[in-house]
Amino acid sequence: MVNAPAIGAREECIWSELAQIPDPEIPAISLVDLGVIGDVRFEADRLTVELLPTFIGCPAIAVMQQQIIERLGLLEVADSIEVKVSFDPPWTSERINSTGRERLRLSGFAPPVMAVIEGLDELAVLPVAECPFCGSRSTTLENPFGPTLCRAIYHCATCRQPFEQFKRV
Amino acid sequence: MTQVTPALGIDSRRALAELLMSVADDEFVLGFWDSEWTGIAPMLEEDVATSSIAQDEIGHARALYELLAELTADDADRIAFGREAGAFRHAALLNHARGDWAFSVARRYLYESADAVRLSALVRSRHAPLAALAAKMQREETYHRMHADAWLRRLADGSQVGRDRLASSVECLWPDAQQIFAPLAGEETLLRDGVLPEPMLALHARWQSEVTPVLESIVGELPAAPPTGDGRRRRTDDFMWLHTEFTAVAGSEVGATW
Repeated sequence: MVNAPAIGAREECIWSELAQIPDPEIPAISLVDLGVIGDVRFEADRLTVELLPTFIGCPAIAVMQQQIIERLGLLEVADSIEVKVSFDPPWTSERINSTGRERLRLSGFAPPVMAVIEGLDELAVLPVAECPFCGSRSTTLENPFGPTLCRAIYHCATCRQPFEQFKRV
Repeated sequence: MTQVTPALGIDSRRALAELLMSVADDEFVLGFWDSEWTGIAPMLEEDVATSSIAQDEIGHARALYELLAELTADDADRIAFGREAGAFRHAALLNHARGDWAFSVARRYLYESADAVRLSALVRSRHAPLAALAAKMQREETYHRMHADAWLRRLADGSQVGRDRLASSVECLWPDAQQIFAPLAGEETLLRDGVLPEPMLALHARWQSEVTPVLESIVGELPAAPPTGDGRRRRTDDFMWLHTEFTAVAGSEVGATW
């Protein structure tokens, strides 16, 4: 390979490219901000990227794999690229970074509620989420199952808008 | 956690394949039955919820079939859509057509509660890829359980019609639900390898002690119905019909890709 950057620089280059790839279902947020990228590693010039799906049955997994291979291929830093689906560690809502949470909110999605409430199951669906449009907490859960596996539907009593929440999982 | 795959002998591989296939086929067949509610569930909210849950189950099946495919040098799609009906290993509970809404609710409650007990064991499996997948499944299944519990209560505490339909569905499905814990071929090997941390019969006892009081408050006394060796080897006309349905597209042009 001609002019291949040094090892550390290659990884850096990969991560910054991954940070530019939008999530196929919510394009406002990147794969890195969403936290679905696990390990990025080279073995000689073979690159392996671990993809941690938000939900196991997410139909966008294949699209993400393909996009990662296409975009990283253009960087010409690896002879081969494999995008490996992994559940170890499992993707959890905590993997969405603060930029990701803010971008979700700006595009009309309430980010997953992070507060753990004593006495409640870790994954208990909370009846209240903060409205991404007006910030009100006067909201009600309409359906914990939304238009995609990762979204729940709420209604805001203050601004009278329905909105979606990225589900806590 | 120790990964046992590389050193697995032939017996261990065969037993692991049997375990993976039993869980995958349960999720796959239930996912297909429940997907039949898409468009015709009692209300729009349920249309979305049931479809979403069915999609989750088929997704879980796909991930499990991938593990199985790796183990047996096969292909996940081939395992799902290219097998004869007789090669499926789903529990007898999944042999029934979806029935009415109360029937589907009763089955989902029986299945989700049993699946939760099974997953609580599989997260401790010494087969690391299975343990990791089970841990991820467990987080998603929490939502399924909440949904099934909520509907069970709604029907049980609602009108007489709903309660009666629920009760007769539970009575009908009860014996076949036990078969989720039917002993597996090669179970001794699985236990020896630590791939299955507890015997199916121990899991069965735990599940029964959990659900029996809940269900008996709705239907009255339920008969003892232990799991049997053929609990995952029975076929019904309902299942044969479903098998024809879900293999139809793949079978119409074998080897086609898109």
